Amino acid sequence: MQLEAKDVGFRYGNGPWLFRGVNVTVEPGEIVGLTGPSGCGKTSFCKVLAGYEKPVEGSITVNHSLLPKNVYHPVQLVFQHPEKAINPRWKMIKTLREGGPLDQELLESLGIEREWLTRWPNELSGGELQRFCVARALGKGTRFLIADEMTTMLDAITQAQIWHVVLEMAKKRGMGVLIVSHEAKLIQRLCHRVIEFHPANA
Amino acid sequence: MIVTVIAVIFLLSIVVGRFLLDEGRIATNLTIRNAPPSFDHLFGTDWLGRDMFTRTIMGLSLSMGVGLIGAIGSASIALILGMAAATMGKMVDRMISWLIDLFLSVPHLVTLILIAFTLGGGFKGIVIGIALTHWPSLARVIRAEVMQIRSAEFVQVSQKMGKSRWFIAVQHIFPHLIPQVLVGFLLLFPHAILHEAAVTFLGLGLSPHEPAIGIILSESMKYLSSGMWWLAFFPGLCLLIVVRTFDTIGENLRMLIDPTRAHD
Repeated sequence: MQLEAKDVGFRYGNGPWLFRGVNVTVEPGEIVGLTGPSGCGKTSFCKVLAGYEKPVEGSITVNHSLLPKNVYHPVQLVFQHPEKAINPRWKMIKTLREGGPLDQELLESLGIEREWLTRWPNELSGGELQRFCVARALGKGTRFLIADEMTTMLDAITQAQIWHVVLEMAKKRGMGVLIVSHEAKLIQRLCHRVIEFHPANA
Repeated sequence: MIVTVIAVIFLLSIVVGRFLLDEGRIATNLTIRNAPPSFDHLFGTDWLGRDMFTRTIMGLSLSMGVGLIGAIGSASIALILGMAAATMGKMVDRMISWLIDLFLSVPHLVTLILIAFTLGGGFKGIVIGIALTHWPSLARVIRAEVMQIRSAEFVQVSQKMGKSRWFIAVQHIFPHLIPQVLVGFLLLFPHAILHEAAVTFLGLGLSPHEPAIGIILSESMKYLSSGMWWLAFFPGLCLLIVVRTFDTIGENLRMLIDPTRAHD
């Protein structure tokens, strides 16, 4: 199992190329960091990797085969803003179940309290919601996790807690993780290697 | 809020009142024909001695029945087409949008008369006519709403979780549409009632022996010149009040549900 982006290029409609010819591989169990200035297309690249957008050029493959459609996607993306990634009209437990059966151990290690499950999204803080997003993305079928500024808006303690769980999971399951962040310290601490995402790629 | 409660009570009393009123009062009674309004006959009697108050209430409740079925039909069509347009791809969207434009470009009443006439008039014709003509504007609203929700991140996440289109439509999108559909449905109501009365007035709707408001109004036209103003005045006024009441309820509900107008 290997997530591979080969000569990927992307643009919206007929707009300017956000990036072209990007080659990235993530091995199972590997933690890769992705940094770059604002607006250089990191988020778009994440969306392409996770199958939210189709690459205009090149291909994304998992284990040398194209990504499947209409089934559980092996590459899961966690967005920066959990408020938008959770249906405001669903109770939290329903949102969690969307990612598969509940994993009590995972919930506990992420610090998700039992009583939160029956609440509505607007009754929880951003940090609490983000834990749900992470828990949902860590379903059984997830082989690669793309964390797009996943913990940027959280306090240090919560960040540590979430990363701890993700790293543990990566080790245990051999899950590859791609971390996008502006915090050099965080990337340095977590990642096995770091990729600079340059506009020069365009 | 109080206004809404009063309005609902008022409408319910008309529906319930229909069953409490004595059918005998609308039987022909030539000894009391053409009586002006009095305490015995609140809205007077017509040229056959039928009590106008009873006829008006019966007519209104019949109109509301037609309005209810018509509005439910219309709202369902709007919901289905709106959802289909926004979720089933470009081709379907284009076709449905074209259909919406087509129906919107012709006045309701014209299509309604055409459909009611083709189906031979009567209760069935008018109900089907109303259901088939009143959906376009609501369908357009729903389509826009679905398109917006469809691009929301939580829907995209759901797709990547391998959820089917049907699951997303029913579980994610539909709950967000309930307020729109509900308000749209209530605001369809007055339209449906008015158009039913209009078509019946023109003689293409319900049959003359039924005590419909449209029939009462069209029959009374002949007698207006002989000074029997109560024949048209009270039924007309009641129709106006009922329509306004539905409109008020719909607007109030919209205010209650619509977050952008919650502070009005």
